[in-house]
Amino acid sequence: MDFNDTPEEAAFRKEAREWLAAHAPAFEKPEGISEAEEVALGKAWQKRLSEGGYAGILLPKKYGGRGATIAEATVFGEEENNYHLAKEAYIGIGLGMALPVIFKHGTPEQIEKFAGPTLRGEMTWCQLFSEPSAGSDLAAVRTRAIKDGSDYIVNGQKVWSSWAHHSDWGILIVRTDPTLPKHKGLTFFVVDMKTPGIDVRPIRQISGASDFNETFLTDVRIPESCRIGAEGEGWACAMTVLMGERLNQGSEGKGGGIGALIRYAADTPRNGGSALDSAAIRTALASAYAEEQAERYFQARLRTMVSRGENPGALASMVKLAYTNRYQKASGLALEMRGPAGLIAEEGSETAHIQDDYIWSTALRVAGGADEVLRNQIAERVLGMPGEMRADKNVPFDQL
Amino acid sequence: MNFDLSDEQKMLAEQARGLLGERSSSDRLRELIDARAEWDESLWREIADMGFLGVTLPEEFGGLGMTELDLGVISEELGRANTALPFFSSIILAADAINLAGSDAQKAHWLPKLASGEAIGTFAYAEGAAGWTGEALKTRVDGAALSGQKTPVADGGIATVAVVLARVADKPALALVDLAQSGVTRSRLNSFDQLRAHYAIQFDAAAAELLESAPTERVLDQLFDRAAVQAAFEAVGGADACLLMARDYAMDRQIFGRPLSSYQAIKHKLANIAVAVELARSNAYFGAWAALNDPDALPVAAASARLTAIDAFENAARENIQVHGGIGYTFEANCHFYYRRERTLALSLGGREPWADRLIQHLPGSQFKAETV
Repeated sequence: MDFNDTPEEAAFRKEAREWLAAHAPAFEKPEGISEAEEVALGKAWQKRLSEGGYAGILLPKKYGGRGATIAEATVFGEEENNYHLAKEAYIGIGLGMALPVIFKHGTPEQIEKFAGPTLRGEMTWCQLFSEPSAGSDLAAVRTRAIKDGSDYIVNGQKVWSSWAHHSDWGILIVRTDPTLPKHKGLTFFVVDMKTPGIDVRPIRQISGASDFNETFLTDVRIPESCRIGAEGEGWACAMTVLMGERLNQGSEGKGGGIGALIRYAADTPRNGGSALDSAAIRTALASAYAEEQAERYFQARLRTMVSRGENPGALASMVKLAYTNRYQKASGLALEMRGPAGLIAEEGSETAHIQDDYIWSTALRVAGGADEVLRNQIAERVLGMPGEMRADKNVPFDQL
Repeated sequence: MNFDLSDEQKMLAEQARGLLGERSSSDRLRELIDARAEWDESLWREIADMGFLGVTLPEEFGGLGMTELDLGVISEELGRANTALPFFSSIILAADAINLAGSDAQKAHWLPKLASGEAIGTFAYAEGAAGWTGEALKTRVDGAALSGQKTPVADGGIATVAVVLARVADKPALALVDLAQSGVTRSRLNSFDQLRAHYAIQFDAAAAELLESAPTERVLDQLFDRAAVQAAFEAVGGADACLLMARDYAMDRQIFGRPLSSYQAIKHKLANIAVAVELARSNAYFGAWAALNDPDALPVAAASARLTAIDAFENAARENIQVHGGIGYTFEANCHFYYRRERTLALSLGGREPWADRLIQHLPGSQFKAETV
């Protein structure tokens, strides 16, 4: 067992750190910039990464990637996280979800067409998976695609599509055959978001922001060349996407999260001392810190598995479940330790950020696998307990 | 980065699990409780023969010179089998204290005996509910004579030697005391854990020699940190045993016409425990790694391991009984062994609060105010 970098990893870390120090500071996100400015900054940073040879570290060189190892991708990610860069969903979905599925299930022409522009930050992506009645039950999607010559005509409604209003392309799962059981009649597409018939409407969230959208598709024509994999094999593509998503979710890593919260407690005045003088608060914060560290080391175990070619499967769900619950608990505690003052915050202040975290934590526990779905996965796939009783199993979708 | 046990460590775990599972069966544990036995002496001989007692001790003193992680592998299996052995007292605490702070002569005299199992050690630190630091520490050494009362002392009845935390003038010190002498009076206490005998030990000018080849404060910190990591491994083993026991019972038990394990209330309860066990295990791994490779990281790593292990085992031991229902409350079911052992591990070395303090105090760059452990 070694928690430290191997000599190769250490050499790569040094190289990455020096490159980032020379280039990243100019791309850090200033407070209070507009969404459009943020997207422009994120795209520019992705372009710079690509010029430096650090875009798509795991992807083959011939398509603009680096062809490097999971260990190197992890090292680079850790170093990059030391900067406050614009890397939200509009960048992350293309790199973390669209490209993996295109590389695994797409044709050489599709890989050629999408890899370069995405890696250079010229093409941003959104994910068109969830629907009003198909979120956690993703295979229940009702959006229909009907073959018409060499096109498919798509009608339906998607929801929770992060940053769709700023995206060039979307990854889309739809139903092509409702006479089959629900997992079998699905097909996967990539779609140009400027196609006529696509109407993206922002959703006002409880945080006040509108990162998510509803996307209405009315007689949208998608050429067959944008189908990923065979007709009816959409579920396998969706699983590729979700597996990649799960492995990338998790703690901030080095204790920046709870470490910062402990400093905040030390700076919060309380009865002539600080909030951190309270044994109750120290104990709660120390437990949160210990959990954060555990998530980091657990991820190290998962990465070791992945680097050996093993699939961590539902173990990856454990990190997401632990992380989002800790995040909510810790941000709630942070507000509580300010007493009534935790209710009030100047815009841009640390307290305001914590209030945002506390609100955002509710979304995290739903997005990318709701707590309850993840617990079922862990019980069934890690502990070998029985599956849920499914009323829709083997029933044609149109008879449900 | 290669954050996994080696193949040899996995084999060691398997070997230990096989032996302990067989010898420390639930029937055997009930037999020991009914006999009010202090320990499982024959099993102690067996694990001594396997070399388990000397895993981390230097080869020159009869040990195997292996790593903290190898020791952790064994601790986890001892926890899984809920053994009635003085391993934590004798090996994790007493032998480690002597190894950390003893003179060459003290090491040469005691370590081979502890590694072979011929002698049993204990670490006497607590002085009742008042604690064992600062003003609370009343036991004193004057010259070569130790006086005071230590309680509770784990395995105090079978131990041949104790490392005693005492005061010399105004400073804490560690004294080595042979327990077979007239200045020592031992009385057995009612232990919450029926498989871990505890004693009150009265010292009246007992002959003692100090361990003083390293500063006591530093030795105490190291000793507690290293023991916290091993206690975390033991708790992870116990928690994992509870998780699997509850899972297996739920798989067998039929209720309202279907297996208990098919109810989401049960699945979610056990999924949460599984997460807590893996988190605690990850922290224990890092603690063992830090003990050997990164001493500066050890205090935070040890406290993290301890806090997450207490959480995992506490929840697992409680919910194991809950999943078993009424049967779980019977002496015949095996849940109670772990329910009692969990508290023993959580309260030995101090519970959550002192370790939370220690963690916050030792965060890198920390200026945080906190009481000392």
